[in-house]
Amino acid sequence: MYRRTLLVTAALSASLAFGGAALAQDKTKACFVYVGPIGDGGWTYQHHQGALAVQEAFGDKVEIAFQESVPEGADAERVLNQMALSGCKIIFTTSFGYMDQTNAVAAKFPDVKFEHATGYKREHPNVSTYNARFYEGRAVMGTIAGRMTKSNKIGYIGSFPIPEVIQGINASFIHARKVNPDVTLAVVWAYTWFDPAKEADSAKALIEQGVDVILSHTDSTAPLAEAQKTPGVIGFGQASDMAAYKPSPRVSSIIDNWAPYYIKRVGALMDGSYAQADAWEGIAGGEVEIGEITDAVPAEVKAEAEALRDAIAAGTYHPFTGPLNKQDGTPWLAEGVVANDGELAGMGFYVEGITGDIPK
Amino acid sequence: MDLSAINPAVLVASLMVASVPILLAAIGELVVEKAGVLNLGVEGMMIMGAVTGFATAVQTGSPYLGFLGGAAGAAALSLVFAFLTQVLLANQVATGLALTLFGLGLSSLIGQGYVGVKPPLTTDVPFGPLADIPVLGTVLFSHDWMVYVSVAVIAAVWAVLKFTRTGLILRAVGENHEAAHALGYKVGRIRLAAIVFGGAMAGLGGAYVSLIRVPQWTDGITGGAGWIALAIVVFASWKPWRVLVGGYLFGGITVLQLNLQAAGAAIPVEYLSMSPYLITILVLVIMSSGRGRASLTAPAALGQNFHASR
Amino acid sequence: MLRLEKRPSPSRVWQAATPVLAVLLTMIAGGIMFALLGKNPVEAIRTIFWDPLFNDQFAAYSRPQLLVKAGPLILIAIGLSLGFRAGIWNIGAEGQYVMGAIFGAGVALAAYPLDAVWIFPAMVLAGAFGGWLWAMIPAILKTRFNTNEILVSLLLVYVAQNILASMSLGLMRNPEGGGFPGSRNLSQYPAAANPELMTGTGMHWGVVAAFIAVIAAYVLLQRHILGFRIKLAGQAPRAARFAGVDPRALTVLCLGISGALAGLAGVFEVAGPAGQISIDFNVGYGFTAIIVAFLGRLNPIGILLAGLLMALTYIGGELAQFMLGLPSAAIQAFQGMLLFFLLAVDLLSNYRVRLSVRGGI
Repeated sequence: MYRRTLLVTAALSASLAFGGAALAQDKTKACFVYVGPIGDGGWTYQHHQGALAVQEAFGDKVEIAFQESVPEGADAERVLNQMALSGCKIIFTTSFGYMDQTNAVAAKFPDVKFEHATGYKREHPNVSTYNARFYEGRAVMGTIAGRMTKSNKIGYIGSFPIPEVIQGINASFIHARKVNPDVTLAVVWAYTWFDPAKEADSAKALIEQGVDVILSHTDSTAPLAEAQKTPGVIGFGQASDMAAYKPSPRVSSIIDNWAPYYIKRVGALMDGSYAQADAWEGIAGGEVEIGEITDAVPAEVKAEAEALRDAIAAGTYHPFTGPLNKQDGTPWLAEGVVANDGELAGMGFYVEGITGDIPK
Repeated sequence: MDLSAINPAVLVASLMVASVPILLAAIGELVVEKAGVLNLGVEGMMIMGAVTGFATAVQTGSPYLGFLGGAAGAAALSLVFAFLTQVLLANQVATGLALTLFGLGLSSLIGQGYVGVKPPLTTDVPFGPLADIPVLGTVLFSHDWMVYVSVAVIAAVWAVLKFTRTGLILRAVGENHEAAHALGYKVGRIRLAAIVFGGAMAGLGGAYVSLIRVPQWTDGITGGAGWIALAIVVFASWKPWRVLVGGYLFGGITVLQLNLQAAGAAIPVEYLSMSPYLITILVLVIMSSGRGRASLTAPAALGQNFHASR
Repeated sequence: MLRLEKRPSPSRVWQAATPVLAVLLTMIAGGIMFALLGKNPVEAIRTIFWDPLFNDQFAAYSRPQLLVKAGPLILIAIGLSLGFRAGIWNIGAEGQYVMGAIFGAGVALAAYPLDAVWIFPAMVLAGAFGGWLWAMIPAILKTRFNTNEILVSLLLVYVAQNILASMSLGLMRNPEGGGFPGSRNLSQYPAAANPELMTGTGMHWGVVAAFIAVIAAYVLLQRHILGFRIKLAGQAPRAARFAGVDPRALTVLCLGISGALAGLAGVFEVAGPAGQISIDFNVGYGFTAIIVAFLGRLNPIGILLAGLLMALTYIGGELAQFMLGLPSAAIQAFQGMLLFFLLAVDLLSNYRVRLSVRGGI
C-alpha cells in the first residue's frame, strides 16, 4: 500500500513537473546569430530591429536571444550548437558565410528550425533560406541618381563581386540610363561589407573623379559623411535610413526591413503552419523599404521615383525587363521579357553600357 | 581607363589628409623610441583616442575639446603601459601587444552608445583667397587645422631633439640608460614623460580618424594604422623629417590605388590594395641595408628595461 | 617605501604561482568590469570559467570544443615561443597561418575530385611549406639586410590577407558556389578532410599535432643542443656568440619553425573546423597565440595549459554573450587584462619586493 501511494505520488509530481515544464515551454525561444555588432547602424542593426519587432509583436509568448559578431567558420558552428542545446526553437543566421554551418547543425537538431539569410543550400527539411530583392530598391535610387546628376557621373561603392552586388550595379545603371542617356557609372570595390575608413576613402576617390551621386553597397554612413564635405554631392542611406544626413546628402535610402518576415515565420512556428521556404521578398513584401525622399529632390523626380516604387510593389514592373544586352553586346532579354530568379541569383555580368570589368 | 580624371593637385591634397593619423602616431612613437622604449601598443592607444575623442566631441559639442579628450584618453591608457614597463619592469613587447588588445576591447565597450552618431563638424581653416590659387591653393591652403598641426608637431619634435637640452637628455636615456642614470638623470621619469607624449599623439591621430577623416565611430575604426605608424618610425631611421616623408608615401599609395580603381585602371584590385604594405617593406629593406649590420641609428637601449640596481 | 631587489636567478616557486595569481586577479578585475556593465559578476565569471566544463546542459558539447579552439593556438604558440626565447619576434604568425591554409587548400583543390591516400599528407606538407616560406621573407630580410622582423612579419599579415581575399574571389572560388566568394568546402571532401578522429573528443589531426609539438619542444629545450642555444641567445646574446651560436642561422631556424607550425595550424584548420578558404578565414589565432606563448611563460607545458585556458575564455565568453548578453568587446578587454596581470605579477619571480625604511631609491 505504501508503495502504491508512493507510486501515485510520484506519478502526480512527475505530471505536475512536466505540466509545469510544458507551461514554461509555452514561450517560444527565437535566436539570432549576427555577423557584426548590433550597433553597426547597418546590416546587423536592421536584423536586430527585426528581432526586437518579434519580441514586441508576441510579447510574453516569445523569448529572443542573440549573439553578435560571430565569425563565420568553426565558431559559428559552435554557437549554433549551443543555441540549439539551450532550447532555441528557431534560429536565424544572418550572413551568407554561415551556410555550411547552418546545414551541418540542422542535421543534428531536426526539431529546431533554421533560417539562413542570403544562402541557397537547404540540405535538410528544417532549413529555410530567405533574401530580399535589394535590386528593386536600387532601381528607384538609380532613377533619382540619373535625374539628379549634373556631371553625368555616378559612382557605386561595391563590396564584393557577388551576384547580389552585381544585380545592384546593373539595376542602378539601367534605371539611371533610362532617364539620362549620357550617364556613366564608375565602380570602386572596397572588398568589405563594413569599414568606414575604407568606404570614406572610396567615396573620396569617386568624388575626386567628378562623381556627384554616390550609391554604396557597403553598410556604414561614411560615404554620406564624405559626400557632405563637398557641396553638390548626394548619396543614399544603405541598409538603414541614415536619417542624420537628411535632407542632403542623403536624399533617400534603401532600408532592409526584416521585421515582417521574422514575425511571419515565428508566428507560423507558433501556430503550427510553419513550412520550409525559400523566400525572396522585395518592396511588395515590405522587406525593402524606400526611405523618405527629401525636399532636396525636385518634386517631379520624387513623383517619378515613387511611381516606380509603387509599380514594382504592385508587380506591374520588374527592374530587369528587356530589351537588355550584356556588356559585350550579346542579347540577354528580349523586348518585354523579364529576368527569372535563377538568372538573377547567379548574375555574373554587367549590362551593356557599363565600362570596366568585374574583378575575377 | 580614364587616367586624365585623376587630378594631381587633388591627389596630393588627399594624401596629406590621409596621412595625418599615422604621422601623429609615428612622431609620438619616435619620441618614445628615442627614449629607449618600444611601445607596440600604438594601435590600442590610437583607438582609445578615437573613441574618447569622439565621445568628448559629441558630449561637449566642440570638436576641439574632442581632440583634447582623445589625447587625454590615449595618454591615460599609455600610463598603464608606463607603469608595467617602468615600475614593474615587464617585457616591453608583450606589454605593448597586451595594450593593443585591451585598448581595442575597452574602446569598443566605451563606444557602444556612440555608434552611428554624427559628430560635430570641423571646417577647413579659412585661408580665403589663398585657397583659390590654382595648384598650391588646393595642396597647401584648403585643409583642416589638424593637417597643419601634424606638420608643426614634427617640426617641433625635430627642433627639440636637435637643439634643446631636453632633447639631448632624452636621446641620452635612449642610447645608454646606465650612463644617464649615473649622471643623475631620472631615467624612469623621462621615459614616463615620453610614453605619455607618445600616447597623447597617438590619441590625436585616432581622434582625427573618428572626428574628421571618416567621421564616425565604429569598432576598429583605425584599421591597423597603429602598426603602419610603427613601421614608419623604423622607415624614418628615427629622424623626424623622414617620418613626414614616410607618412606621405604610405598615405599617397593608399589614396592613389583607390583613385586608380575609380578611374578604371586595369590593375587587379587586390594588388593595388597590397601595394602600400609591399612598398613599405621594400623601403624598409632599402633603408636598413644601406647601413651595415651595426647601426640603424636605432637608439641603443631600445627595448631594454632599466632597473637601478645600486 | 617598496624597493625591488633583483633575484640572482628567477624563483621557481613564483614562476609556477604567477599564472595562477594572474588568473585570480583577472577574475576579480573582470568581475568589477562586468559589474560596471550591469551584469552579475559572479554569474559572469562562472559562465566563462565553470559552465563550459561542468554545466549539465551543454558541457558535453563544449568540453571537446576546448580542444578544437586550443589546438591551433598551442601549435602556433609553441613555434613562437622558441623564437621569443631567442629574442626573435615573429609577430606575423597570422600571415603564416593564412599562407599555410592557402597552400594546403591549393593542393587539395588541385587534386579534386580524386580520392587518393596521398592527398592529405601532401596538403599537410604544403601547408607547413607555405607557412615556412612566408616566415622566410622576414628571416632573409633580417639576416641579409638587417630589417626589423617585427615590422616585416606584421606588414606581411596584411599582404597575406589580401592574397586570401584574392584567392577566395578568384583562383580558388568554388565554381559551384553561385558566384559567392569562398572555396569548396574541404571538410566535405573526404580525401582532404580533417575530421574528428574520435567522435565527441574534438580531437582532429591539428590537436594531435599540437600535442606532438608540445612534447617535441619540451625535449628540444631540455635535452637538445639547439634548445640550449636558443635559451642562451635570449638570455645572454654576447655569451652565445662566444659559444659559437650563429645568430643568423638561429634567426632563420626559429622563424622557419614558427612559420611552419603556424602554416600547419592553418592547413588543419581549413581542412577541418573552418572548412573552406574564405575572406574571413583568419580569426586572429596568430595574434592570440602570442598571448598564449607569454601566458605559458614560453614553456611548452605552460603553453599547453595557457592554450586551454585561453580557449576556455573564448568559449566561456561566447556563452556569456549568448546567455547573459555580455558584449563581445568585454571578452576582448578581459583577455587583454589577463595578459596585463600576468606581465605585472611576473615581476615577483624576477625581483624580490623589500620594504625599506630609507627614503628614496
